[in-house]
Amino acid sequence: MNNRVAFIYSESFLNYKFGEEHPFNPKRLQMTVDLIRELRFLRDEQIVQPRHATLEELFRVHDPDFVHAVQHASTLAVDADPSAIGFGLGTEDTPIFPNMHEATSLIVGGTVLAAELVMSGTVDHALNLAGGLHHSRRKEASGFCVYNDIGAAIAYIKDRYNARVLYLDTDAHHGDGVQWMFYDDPDVLTISFHETGKYLYPGTGDIEERGDGRGYGYSLNIPLEPFTEDDSLLASLNSVLPHVFHKFKPDVVISQNGCDAHQYDPLTHLSATTRIYREIPKLVHELAHEVCDGRWVAVGGGGYDIWRVVPRAWTMLWAELSGQKLPDEVPQAWLDRWQSEAPVKLPGKFLDPIDLFPAIPRRAEIEEKNRITVRRAMLGTPFLL
Amino acid sequence: MLVEQAMTTDVICVTPETPIEEALAITTVNRIRHLPVVKDGELVGIISDRDLRNAMPSCLIEEECEVLKDTPVGSIMKTNVTTAHPLDFVEDAANILYQKRIGCLPVVSCGKVVGIITERDILHTLVEMMGVSSPTSRVEVQVPDRPGMLAEVADILRARQMNAASVMVFPSPTPGQKTIVLRLKTMDPRRFISDVENAGYKVVQPPALG
Ligand SMILES: [Zn+2]
Ligand SMILES: [Zn+2]
Repeated sequence: MNNRVAFIYSESFLNYKFGEEHPFNPKRLQMTVDLIRELRFLRDEQIVQPRHATLEELFRVHDPDFVHAVQHASTLAVDADPSAIGFGLGTEDTPIFPNMHEATSLIVGGTVLAAELVMSGTVDHALNLAGGLHHSRRKEASGFCVYNDIGAAIAYIKDRYNARVLYLDTDAHHGDGVQWMFYDDPDVLTISFHETGKYLYPGTGDIEERGDGRGYGYSLNIPLEPFTEDDSLLASLNSVLPHVFHKFKPDVVISQNGCDAHQYDPLTHLSATTRIYREIPKLVHELAHEVCDGRWVAVGGGGYDIWRVVPRAWTMLWAELSGQKLPDEVPQAWLDRWQSEAPVKLPGKFLDPIDLFPAIPRRAEIEEKNRITVRRAMLGTPFLL
Repeated sequence: MLVEQAMTTDVICVTPETPIEEALAITTVNRIRHLPVVKDGELVGIISDRDLRNAMPSCLIEEECEVLKDTPVGSIMKTNVTTAHPLDFVEDAANILYQKRIGCLPVVSCGKVVGIITERDILHTLVEMMGVSSPTSRVEVQVPDRPGMLAEVADILRARQMNAASVMVFPSPTPGQKTIVLRLKTMDPRRFISDVENAGYKVVQPPALG
């Protein structure tokens, strides 16, 4: 494993912002980059400036009417366009903000660029932490996501390289937008591990969603029980991914690294610790080298405890991707810089202590249920046989 | 919701003269279970894939079965067909399917077959009505079983400018209580939940582990 890696970043990424009250806060990205820099884990030559996605790149996965609605909304100072509602814009989740089209296009362009750098062989791995807008649909903004950067990158890879793509989504919410975009495509395998949609948004991601037509079997969903902890989550990943990678033999893997499965996350009911944010990228990294000649594109995603979870989780992701060894301790200078702003105590170590949270009641039943879910999901996947 | 909004409109029909073998092929190719039988534009019977299969010889006997090519469906179809009207309510159609233990109703208007509504169409309607097909978070609220509770919850939604994809009201296992199940078009139902709790009601999302 060598060090040819790219970190796609621009301060302009911070313009993707729905307002002070909104849970999707770009400060999490700023804090993460600051932590990575504090560790001296980012060299200038690794940073690549994103570019805006072209309309053509957006139209590969989005309806032109929708893109035009976003462009139109972007010019308005306030939510003044009633027709926007039909496109999921101007809602509680995705309020309209000035220059929304430009801000989102830059994120999409960043992920397409990450894919370009990896596919052309310029780098082995590339990371766009601003990306991961996995809920956005063909004709609708949804769940804090305007355009779908992942979908656009996959479509770009298919269009340009005719390659097979494995998309892995470990955000606590189902990766619905990306799944529906490639639901009938046997060359794009989408795998999502998420909290079951029984209560959690978007409600989809049942194991029976397996794809359609020629794409049947190429959508894989592992809906985990609420209150699932590290061991069960990691066991599920370990019993699915190696097998799937070796059978599907993708040319490239795109991983979405939402970090809202943590116990501290206010929007979900999973009970993970930061241990999974070390283990998941490690597993993906190994498999990318075993199966995909190392081609790995990583993006961010959800994560709503911006103080205690996101900066550590995504720093661990970058450390793994760039092959750098993380210290145990979060640097004191970084803690000092951000603690005064934080309403909660910032953790001093990257890995949460094992006894940070009390044991979940009914742990055995939850683990058993997850094992059954994994088995049933795998059994219904024809290409694995 | 009316039957005409839930039914399938491009109905594949046969005539009483259609041979059994051909009718069976039509059900297989189109992946459908029922064929209305129409003569001179009027519904005269219905035949299901099961009726057709029952008329087939055992698959263990290997012989050309001329009789299947010659026998018309008219000789084995069910007559006295129960039908629905486009303006019937879907729930009434569902009730008839359930009570009569049948799988579909041809929809007849002015003497013509204009559609067909099957168990599957009804299940699909139900799924849509429950709001599962659009991205939503599910919240259950327990309220006392007395007038005005739904309006109270709706007021809280309106105050937050939140949209519900669906609302269902169920009797609660707790006596004197009712459960309102909402599918909210938001990824972040926290403010709604705290408003409802501040108003003194119990919210389930997801159930605590006991
Ligand atoms: Zn590597
Ligand atoms: Zn999420």
